[in-house]
Amino acid sequence: MSSLEIRDLVVALTATPDKPIVKGLNLTIKTGEVHAIMGPNGTGKSTLSKAIAGHPDYQIISGDVILDGKSILEMEPDERARAGLFLAFQYPSEIPGVSIANFLRAAVQARMAEGEELDATGYYKKLYGKMDMLKIDRKFTSRSVNEGFSGGEKKRCEILQMAMLEPSFSLMDETDSGLDIDALKIVAEGVNAMRGDKLGVLLITHYQRLLDYIVPDFVHVMYDGRIVKSGDKSLALELEAKGYDWVKTELAAV
Amino acid sequence: MSDTTTLPPTDETTDVNPVGGIDQAVGDFQYKVDYEFDAGTGLSEETVRYISSVKKEAPWILEFRLKALKTFLDKPMPTHWATTDLNNIDFSKIRYYLSQGQKPKRTWDEVPDDIKKTFERLGIPEQERKFLAGVEAQFDSEAAYSNIKDIVSKQGVIFCNSTEALREHPEIFKKFFGKVIPTGDNKFSALNSAVFSGGSFIYVPPGVKVAQPLQAYFRINAENFGQFERTLIIADEGSEVVYMEGCTAPKFSTSTLHSAVVELVALKGAKIQYITVQNWANNVFNLVTKRGVAHEDAEIKWIDCNIGSRLTMKYPGVVLKGKRARGEVISIALANDGQHQDTGAKMIHAADDTTSVIVAKSISVGQGRSTYRGQVHIPKHLKGCKNNTECDALLINSNSRTDTYPAITVRGDTHSVQHEASVSKVNEEQIFYMQQRGLTEAQAMSLAVNGFVNDLVRQFPMEYSVELKRLIDLEMEGSVG
Repeated sequence: MSSLEIRDLVVALTATPDKPIVKGLNLTIKTGEVHAIMGPNGTGKSTLSKAIAGHPDYQIISGDVILDGKSILEMEPDERARAGLFLAFQYPSEIPGVSIANFLRAAVQARMAEGEELDATGYYKKLYGKMDMLKIDRKFTSRSVNEGFSGGEKKRCEILQMAMLEPSFSLMDETDSGLDIDALKIVAEGVNAMRGDKLGVLLITHYQRLLDYIVPDFVHVMYDGRIVKSGDKSLALELEAKGYDWVKTELAAV
Repeated sequence: MSDTTTLPPTDETTDVNPVGGIDQAVGDFQYKVDYEFDAGTGLSEETVRYISSVKKEAPWILEFRLKALKTFLDKPMPTHWATTDLNNIDFSKIRYYLSQGQKPKRTWDEVPDDIKKTFERLGIPEQERKFLAGVEAQFDSEAAYSNIKDIVSKQGVIFCNSTEALREHPEIFKKFFGKVIPTGDNKFSALNSAVFSGGSFIYVPPGVKVAQPLQAYFRINAENFGQFERTLIIADEGSEVVYMEGCTAPKFSTSTLHSAVVELVALKGAKIQYITVQNWANNVFNLVTKRGVAHEDAEIKWIDCNIGSRLTMKYPGVVLKGKRARGEVISIALANDGQHQDTGAKMIHAADDTTSVIVAKSISVGQGRSTYRGQVHIPKHLKGCKNNTECDALLINSNSRTDTYPAITVRGDTHSVQHEASVSKVNEEQIFYMQQRGLTEAQAMSLAVNGFVNDLVRQFPMEYSVELKRLIDLEMEGSVG
């Protein structure tokens, strides 16, 4: 079993290190678990996921992120990725001229030992299997990564990459945004199919809707850079019913 | 018209190569080599006479050379439009002729390890590595490629070096030589005309379609690998030929000036494709004139890839002389730190219903600088001409510079002309995205660059596109600080 431990994490934009966005956050995720972080916009949810992945725009002011007992903060983003961390982007980048097949192939190759050759037949077999699971047309693989994709296609492409790269922890940043209900179901099915004792998931979402399809083991409410409330899936329903103002009022009362 | 994307402008008078990287390590290796025949340094009538006598040339060639020398000396440096870096060429310090028969006195063991590693990673065959590193004076690949030569000669194709052609096929050579690119076309075509040696001569008889690409590579030797090669290709009516020159390996260079002239003649209904991939050491001035004439229904396509060099100036052109002739230039240029790629294309429409296509992509890395110059000329008396020009620039990091100077002259109202230009940047977000999938920064950059040129690279023959991809990988590795 692997674990991802976020310890007293304080994060700011690299440009404005004196204005923290994440303000001392604690959370431990183990493989086999699905955690959901919910919260209003601007509360630091996306910042959290990007900072863990090592985005250069963000600076860790204090605290630590520990993967299987080892701090990852000194690691480059690609080293973190190869160590088993995956970020499903809210706004995935376009890479003109690079096909999905070639991109994923490069990513798979990057995980292999030097001198080890990728088995092309095996690779395509696996890729097509995952695409079938996600109901993605085979023609998709020859398109340039994210170029001219619809919102739904972009998110499915993220899930396909996750399925191919088999991370131990996946940070899914607003994966439901821009999806209609059918696309949402397909994405959720894909994630559910990958659930198991080898994968830990951190779902970041604004809405409860996604959690109807990917049922979390734990739900955390994030507000003003911290987790202010944790519970099981019923917390998400409660939030949905009462709105985020409920959290605010509760906090004010404390 | 000039679209300029300028970040801090480069100071042209203080040209320095400030940043180290693998490209530089690759580019700058040199050995001192002793030559059997050597015209010495400097350029004079005596030099030209010496070259001509060593080559045992006919009197008309000597005369041609001497006239060209005068033209060269009379012509000013074209710095009114081109970079003033040209003024840094010291013509008195250049050797204008080195013959074969040189015996370099170094061994493979003395070749620096990083050079060996570069060759290995580029997948250069063992035998060729030794030649490229200057360990062997002559790369004898005749055996490996001799069956290609046998096959084509059975079809009546003449394929030899230009010195041989002048001796053995003067009647064809003389008819076309210097006709596409006259001596006085520009200062450097004049220089080449005065001191040329090496290069290829190809004649394809009517109706003959040469199945396999002919490679300059198969005859590389001191002379062909020289500085002033002269290539002439004639495709007679209805014939087809593909020619490839250069290789992606960094060239061992004893000189800092390369000035070639390449002339193509595609007679009625003929097709010529000329493919170049060059990776120059970055102390080299690479000033090349390339042009073809396409007669009725003929097609000429230049595929040109320039990497390295201090300054490359090269604008392959097609004169569309016959009706329905077609010209195409596909150009890729990569300018790394301390390098300036000044490339483009010329399309001169001279008959009705002629078509020209230009697709130019440039990549500027670090302080590398790319310039696109295009000239499209469609005169008023013609009908139904088409031109499509597309030039795209990719910038990698904020010091890069790219300029576009398209000159399109179209007169008359039955023509169709399209011009598109774009400048894009590899941004931090893209790099982070790729890194998040496990690629290193260098891998991410080279993937982005390969993606940018992908649609053009696909037009290269397989082995070239593979080499090109590896070369881009190497260049990007050096650019990550």
